[in-house]
Amino acid sequence: MTFKLKSAVLAAIAPIALMASAQAATITISCGSVGQDFEFCKKHTSEWAAKTGNEVKLFTIPNSTTDILALFRQMFAAKSTDLDVINVDVVWPGVIKDHLVDLSKYSNGAEKNHFPAIVKNNTVDGKLLAMPWFTDAGLLYYRKDLLAKYNAKAPATWEELAVVAKKIQDGERAAGNNDFQGFVFQAKAYEGLTCDAVEWLTSYNGGNIVDADGKITVNNPGAVKALKTAASWIGTIAPQGVLNYAEEEARGVFQNGNAAFMRNWPYAWSLGNGKDSKIAGKIGVSALPKGGADGKNAATLGGWQLAVSKYSKNQEAAASLVMYMTSPEVQKERAIKGSYNPTIASLYTDKDVLAANPFFGSLYDVFTNAVPRPATATGLKYPEVSAAFWNATHDVLSGKTSAEDSLKKLEGKLNQVRRGKTW
Amino acid sequence: MNPKTKTAWLYLSPMLLVLIVVALWPLGRTIWFSLTDANINDLDAAKFVGLENYFGEYGLFANPNYTDGFWESDWGISIINTLKFSVVSVTIETLLGLGVALLLNQEFKGRAWVRAAVLVPWAIPTIVSAKMWGWMLHDQFGVINQWLYDLGLVAQKVAWTADPDFALWTVVAVDVWKTTPFMALLILAALQVLPKDCYEAARVDGVHPLRLFWRVTLPLIKPALMVAVIFRLLDALRIFDLIYVLTSNSNSTISMSGFVRREMVDNGYMGYGSAASTALFLIIGLCTVAYIRIGRMKLGED
Repeated sequence: MTFKLKSAVLAAIAPIALMASAQAATITISCGSVGQDFEFCKKHTSEWAAKTGNEVKLFTIPNSTTDILALFRQMFAAKSTDLDVINVDVVWPGVIKDHLVDLSKYSNGAEKNHFPAIVKNNTVDGKLLAMPWFTDAGLLYYRKDLLAKYNAKAPATWEELAVVAKKIQDGERAAGNNDFQGFVFQAKAYEGLTCDAVEWLTSYNGGNIVDADGKITVNNPGAVKALKTAASWIGTIAPQGVLNYAEEEARGVFQNGNAAFMRNWPYAWSLGNGKDSKIAGKIGVSALPKGGADGKNAATLGGWQLAVSKYSKNQEAAASLVMYMTSPEVQKERAIKGSYNPTIASLYTDKDVLAANPFFGSLYDVFTNAVPRPATATGLKYPEVSAAFWNATHDVLSGKTSAEDSLKKLEGKLNQVRRGKTW
Repeated sequence: MNPKTKTAWLYLSPMLLVLIVVALWPLGRTIWFSLTDANINDLDAAKFVGLENYFGEYGLFANPNYTDGFWESDWGISIINTLKFSVVSVTIETLLGLGVALLLNQEFKGRAWVRAAVLVPWAIPTIVSAKMWGWMLHDQFGVINQWLYDLGLVAQKVAWTADPDFALWTVVAVDVWKTTPFMALLILAALQVLPKDCYEAARVDGVHPLRLFWRVTLPLIKPALMVAVIFRLLDALRIFDLIYVLTSNSNSTISMSGFVRREMVDNGYMGYGSAASTALFLIIGLCTVAYIRIGRMKLGED
């Protein structure tokens, strides 16, 4: 009897379902929740909805990238149809490649206008899995007014940074601001710490955890030096609390005028110069310092893409939304009002974009030469490699172990993660 | 089958069905997963691997890759963290809860209001209270650091949730704040049904209040106390949300549930994570049995 009932219900529903699909689709998109992500998302998706007659729903996601990936992987495992368009971190295409739609048949070649390195990153097994949306690179923010006050230049090496930060911190604290910090960055145990630490390692010529051939290289003198240097900041120029800071916590301290230096992504520029910022107009930006005189400047490649879930019921409409969101017009507006770095080279010579973000021109090389995290070499296991690395780094920063011991232990652990000869 | 038994089964069947669906099926599935190499990326590709996830080369126990010994591995650390957290927090909660319950058991004006007010921390969802405490304990903007600093108790603001020396104990403190009312409520319920005549007799005999408490009150509420402690212990051993939200979530504060989640979701090892989850289930079972045993032994001495 239940069987009969079921087919009766199905028969009754079928026409309704058909009618619905003929009408406008409702697309659910997740955009991110850091900085101005949400406001921009609301504006641009509703523009697209008005143009195409579809409806858009925003899906709110956590603000740590580690948590977002965890959420998406659970949804994919359940073949969830709740999300149509998802935002994809630059290190994810290898991890979630089996769950995304090939966008090349919807893009009409639009990807050719974007930075080739990012398009290559988003292409797995010949399929274009995600469209570049914005790119990111770690930057050093500093207080122009304070550097002038203490007669200092923007530091070229991490050693110089430590000296200048200490000087400003001591001076400001003596002047009555007891909460003043020299330098804030991201050292919470999460993906952001991996980004920061890859910068330190690379700047001291300490490699990139795993090299392009998949060899584990993290246990080397350069990496030891890098982590030792970073650990020496905690409690001297950086508060103990950075061990629990992500991007937004660091920005909170800096934007309230309580820090001389900050490592953050480009999005912090427009917020730092916003109306409610205490330091509007006093911010300078430069490339992150070198590791000693023979080190190099290094910025970790970040950035987000947009992709369509394989389990979406409206893939065509979803792809159309992705193409709109990654179009030059939207990227230009996001660059001007939110200082999100475009992924389209021509926008870096655009007058309006440069007027809003002068450093886009002067730091162009930083953005195009940013160091990728070892996601390609480690594929599906990248999240685990990254977690092992940030935990090892966190242990050193918090003073639990020495850099030497921690990296030795990490090498063994990565061997265990690899479980065999290849990743 | 006689008709009576038949009817009994008939009436039981809806409940049994619900139990199978919500308890037995997920448990069985987890145990099954723990014997496979399932990955979250493609669950259908899972293969049976026997006890490999438990005792294999990369398993939970007897793993040859644990260069620094079992208790230095992530899994070993998570077991120690969880046990430390559970024992300390449940002990403090029981003592404080007992104190609060004795106080609330007294007759005084506005007692009903105070009783309701005491329950507030328990009524707030854990995620909300964890976030709230996270802000209050923040090393830069946090009100607690400000107070301590203004009072001159600390020379420098303390990163309560980030510093590995404090993080686990901060979690214990917040948990005590949250669940003491629960303990107090259960103990209060026991206190309210105590026979009045014992106390009457003690008063007539002029027994010292402390002696009265040790000899009369405590033995009488012991069964209820035992149940309350078991409840809390079971709860504490599967601690996850508070640690996940409040701390930086590094290896130094990870709990067993946190480890399970990390392996299953972040790293995608459904099989290995399920093995850890099954082990967690067994460890909780063992702790409960051990606790009941100890409780009985003491009962026998009396």
